[in-house]
This record gives sequence, C-alpha cells and structure tokens, in this order.
Amino acid sequence: MARIKPVRRLPFTREMMPSDQAPLLRDYRSAAWEALQELPLPTAKDEAWRRTSLAGFDFSALQVANGKLGKKVPAIPSTAILGPDLLAGKPHAVLQASGIEIKGTSHLEKEGVIFCSLTEAAREHPRLLEKILGKIVSPQEGVFAAAAGAFSQQGIFLYIPEGVTVEEPIFGLAITPGGKTAHFFQTVIYLEESSSAIYLQETLSLEERDEASLSGENLEIHIGPNARLQIAELQNYGKEVWSFGHKKARVERDGYLEWEIGALGSGLSKHFVSVDLIGAGAETRVSGSFFTDGKQHLTYNTLQRHLAPRTTSDLIFKGALKGSSHTVWRGMIYVAEGAQFVDGYQANRNLVLDPAARSDSIPGLEILNNEVRCTHGSTVGKIDEEQLFYLLSRGIPPKEAEQLIIQGFFHDTISRFSLPEIGESFWDKIKERLLG
Amino acid sequence: MSELVIKNLHVNVEDIEISKGIDLTIKSGEIHAVMGPNGTGKSTLAYALMGHPKYKVIKGEATLDGVDLLSLAPNERSTLGLFLAFQYPVAVPGVSVANFLRTAINAHRKYLDPEDKGISIPEFRKLLKDKMALLQMDESFAGRYLNDGFSGGEKKRVEILQMATLEPKFSILDETDSGLDIDALKIVADGVNAISSEDQGVLVITHYQRILNYIKPDFVHVMLNGRIVESGGPELALQLEEDGYEWLRERHAA
Ligand SMILES: Nc1ncnc2c1ncn2[C@@H]1O[C@H](COP(=O)(O)OP(=O)(O)O)[C@@H](O)[C@H]1O
Ligand SMILES: [Mg+2]
Repeated sequence: MARIKPVRRLPFTREMMPSDQAPLLRDYRSAAWEALQELPLPTAKDEAWRRTSLAGFDFSALQVANGKLGKKVPAIPSTAILGPDLLAGKPHAVLQASGIEIKGTSHLEKEGVIFCSLTEAAREHPRLLEKILGKIVSPQEGVFAAAAGAFSQQGIFLYIPEGVTVEEPIFGLAITPGGKTAHFFQTVIYLEESSSAIYLQETLSLEERDEASLSGENLEIHIGPNARLQIAELQNYGKEVWSFGHKKARVERDGYLEWEIGALGSGLSKHFVSVDLIGAGAETRVSGSFFTDGKQHLTYNTLQRHLAPRTTSDLIFKGALKGSSHTVWRGMIYVAEGAQFVDGYQANRNLVLDPAARSDSIPGLEILNNEVRCTHGSTVGKIDEEQLFYLLSRGIPPKEAEQLIIQGFFHDTISRFSLPEIGESFWDKIKERLLG
Repeated sequence: MSELVIKNLHVNVEDIEISKGIDLTIKSGEIHAVMGPNGTGKSTLAYALMGHPKYKVIKGEATLDGVDLLSLAPNERSTLGLFLAFQYPVAVPGVSVANFLRTAINAHRKYLDPEDKGISIPEFRKLLKDKMALLQMDESFAGRYLNDGFSGGEKKRVEILQMATLEPKFSILDETDSGLDIDALKIVADGVNAISSEDQGVLVITHYQRILNYIKPDFVHVMLNGRIVESGGPELALQLEEDGYEWLRERHAA
C-alpha cells in the first residue's frame, strides 16, 4: 500500500473552483474559499471529531471532480434505491459532477414551483436564492462546509411558493464519480408560508472502486410559517467513498419538518444534522436508520435547537452493526432561555451484531429555562437471546430469526419513510448484506 | 402413530442440576399432565426438550419417533413436530403476529420440501382467519407486534394460535392456564381440544389442577424436586386438589 502523505489542509487550489457563475454564486464561493483558508483539516483534538479519525485517508491524491474529471454515467446505477423505474415520469434531478439533468417538472412550473440547478437559480432567481444560500449552513461551520461551498460544481434548488401543496414526491439523485476525486454538491430547499412538499434524495457512487474518493455536501432547508416538508435522505455510497455532510434546517412558526435519514454506505461518514426551531409552534421529527459492516465508520452529530416557545422535536436514530464497523451518535437538545413549553426528545438505539463492532451513543441536553420537558434515551445491545430462542422454537432458522428481529428493531424508523416502497427497498439492502 | 420418549433426562441450569432423571413416554392421541409445585423443574423439562441454550442436558435421551432430539437445533426440533407454548412468551417489537406466523409456516414447509415457494398470501390469510376464529381472537391481532404490550391472557392465546397453525405432533403447554380468567381459560381449552387429535400428543404442565377440568388428561404425573415421583390417571389430579403435595413430599423425602 502506498504511503499516505499527511496533510493539514485540503489540497485544493482556487483554480479548481467552478468558473462562469452568476454574481451571487461567485460571491458566495469566494467567501467560502476565504473561510476555507482559515480551516485546517480536523484532528482528534477537535472536540466534534474526537471519535472520527481522518488519518487513513489520502487527501493529497484527490482532485476536485468537475466536468472533465469524473466520468459521466449515462444511466442511473443499478445499486440505486431510487431506481429508474421509480423515477420514470416523476419530477427528478440527477446530479453528477459533470452536469445536472432535471425532468418531469413542467406541470409543477405552472404552480410556480422551481426545481432547477443552483447555477440556473443564481441566474434566474437570485432574489430567492439569496434568502437562503449560505445563510443556514455557513461556510464557516467547518472545513467540509466551506469546501462544499467553494467547490460545488452542481447543486439542486427546490422552491415551493406560498400556499402551494405538491402532493407527488420530488426526487433527487446525486452520483459521486469516485476514482480519486472530491465531489462537492449542494442542495437548497425553500418552502414559503403554508406550502408543502415531499422530497427524497439519494446519494450514491459508481461501481465500487478501490481508489478512495471524497464526497462533500451541504444541505440547507428553510421551512416558512405553517409550511410542511417531508424529506428522506438515503446515503448509499460504495465503501471507497468518504462522505462529509453539513445539513441544517430552519423551521418557522407552526412549520413542520419530517426528516428521514437512511445510511448504508461509505467507508467513513461524518454528518452534522441540525434543526433550528425558530418560530413558536414549530415542530420536527427526525429519524435515522443505519446499517454498517466491514470496517465502516459512521458518525452523526445531531442537534435539535429550540429557539422559540412551544416548539417540539422528536429524534430517533437506530443502527445495526456488523463486522468491525463503528458508529457514533452524538445528540444534543438545546433550549434557549426564552423558549418555554418546549417538548424535546432524542433517542439512539444500537444493535451490535458482531463482537468486534462498536457503537458509541452520547446524548446531550443544554437547557436554559425551566418550562420544558426534554427526555433522552440511548442503548447499545446485542440480539436478545430469549427473542432469538422464541423464534427458533417455532422452526425459524437462526439466520432468518436474526433477520426478523433486526427487521423488527428497525420497524419504527424505516416505517416512517415517506414512501413505503422506499422503506422496503432500504430494508432489502440491509437484508442482502445480512445474508451475504 | 408418533412417540415422544424421554429417558433418564438430567438437566443443568447454570451448573446446578435441576432435572434429576426424568422418564416419560407420550404417544399421539394422549394427553399427559405434569403437575408439581413451583420451582420443581417443570419448565426446565420443557425448555430442555425444546433446546434452550441455558438448559443443558447432561445425561439421558429424548427422541421423537426414534430421532434424537437432543442433537438438533431448536428450529429443527420444531420442524420435526415439537411445540412449546411458553409460560412467559417474549415480545418481539416491530414484528407482526402475521409476519411471524407466515415466516414460521414457511420455515416448516421449506424443511419438508426445500423447493417449496412458501404459502400463498390468500391461503395464509384464510388459515389465520380460521384459526383466530377458533380461539375467538379479534382479527386486528394479526397486525399487532408479537406479544408487545399483550396482556397475560392475550399472550397465552397467541401461543395456542401458533400451536393451531403449526400443527405439531407433540405440544408442551407450560402453565398455559396462568393469567387466564375462567372465560379465557375455557376458550383456550376448547381451542386445544379442537386442534389436538388422534395425531397429536399433548403435555400439559401446571401447578394448579383447574385447567385439567377442561383439558382432560389420560395420565397425570407429579414432579417433585426434578423427578417424576408419582404417575397415575386423572384421579391423581383430583387427589392432589384435595390433599396437596405434602403426602408425596413425605413419601419421597430423600
Ligand atoms: N434461567 C434460569 N436461570 C437460573 N435458574 C433457573 C433458570 N430456570 C430455572 N431455574 C431454577 O431451576 C429451578 C426450577 O425452575 P423451573 O423449571 O422454572 O420450575 P417450575 O417450572 O416447576 O416452576 C428453580 O430453582 C429455578 O430457580
Ligand atoms: Mg414453570
């Protein structure tokens, strides 16, 4: 194995930034680039990264994926959960390093819905984009947030105008090219007052290669007063991909966010997921389901911030681990001083299926007033022997019995997926790997 | 005609000998009762026969139609025709009764015929509906998570529902009457009587003779301190009801 050259910073130069951008994007990317200059790669000394080591990764070998670097795929990879059959005829975006294709949106446009590339949004709808881009996920938040801001060649913009309800789900697929590239992209979602939408996005890579590659994404969500978003995010990378994400939503008065996260892939993932409940009566429900095996490492840092009275949050993350994989969940509920009558909940449950697998579960609360009810729970355990024996005693063979228990374990989070068939395909992927 | 034969069975739990040499033969069509006070090893016998890993057989044998049960995994014992209605059924959250039963039925079918494609959904629905009606269970049970939040009586009913759908050759009912009120007990007993036939043998474990008024045993055995100390006909159960276990304890004080 080639020796890995340790680097303190991401080895990318200004020339790798996308050119030919509308002024809004150009300014945003310049600011992100400036921020990046102040941000070295995190080390174990950084509190938020204490349990995630970047030491094994050869950053020096990477180049930023763009139209030239990173092969374009003509068809959706067969590993996709949001496969071509599901997407056919539905509004969907396919994002690659080389470009973005958006289909099936003409009827939505009539209602004023915008579903387009970030480049187009900056050119055609700068006033709208300006309200959110970089305002929810600041490039200053971390090295990968800054890098995604500076180097994203492509991005998806979804805008739902006031009072518009889009009942049919809208899909997005982001395909990372792999092969020693760093692929950065952004998703920006803006819901105006009293609007509603369902958005499902999958991130995946081309067929597994052994050359390490990086994917970095920023996701910014704004939910206006009384608006409602259901978003499902599926992380389905090959194991050669190291994935970094800064994902943040802001929910205004009486708005509602249902956020479903499912993670299966990548060699290493480090994602920051946070929701700011900024208006009275805002509510969110966040659920995560993840499965790891081999040497995978997955970390989720979740943050529920109650910044206004009568806000409600309910978060549950569930993970099952095999092999010598390692997962970390660090949760935090923050309640601001003036935010009374808040109800916050966070839970993390882990099922450790092999002796070498390890799961760290670290809940946290920071509450600055008394009129709140906040609870949390976290568990790390093995398959229950008595449950297993019960199923065996009915003739169910050991592998199937284990599978049934694991399916039951995931039931409450997987059944929340906005489309039941997505939950099923997601479970099928886990099942394949349990049998394999 | 089938035969479950237990010979000189010794069982350890956590290195302590609980069953101390049990002999018992049950033929299809027969109903046997094993009675005895709490803590004498009745459940231990049941668990050991089913193959619970904590209950270690250190000596003796158990065969079903000549096949050595003790060398088989619990699921193989089940597919061979052994069934245990648990004294304390465990909950499996997130797994519906229907999904569980269907998986179990398919496992049995696949054991008999590796090419089997599994029971069809309409066929399964009908089977489940019939068996639930037999036990006077509401159809909504099928969608509930297995034993999750079930009352004691509901759990016992679901145990018998499983017995009814899997149609074992030999069933061990471990304290199936406990936690049941008299109406529920009648329903469960009627169910057991309806499904047990000339082809099935039943072993009713109880420390209370009440259930034997409804499921009438052909043979009654008394277990004390890990051994069967007395065997007889139904009249033995009645005698225990009258006189308790004290006279047997005295007679068999070691
Ligand atoms: N899983 C177990 N762990 C430890 N001791 C057990 C276990 N199961 C049974 N025992 C012990 O074995 C003895 C017999 O128990 P059991 O078979 O449950 O009796 P019964 O069913 O007749 O009431 C008791 O002393 C009990 O404490
Ligand atoms: Mg008992």
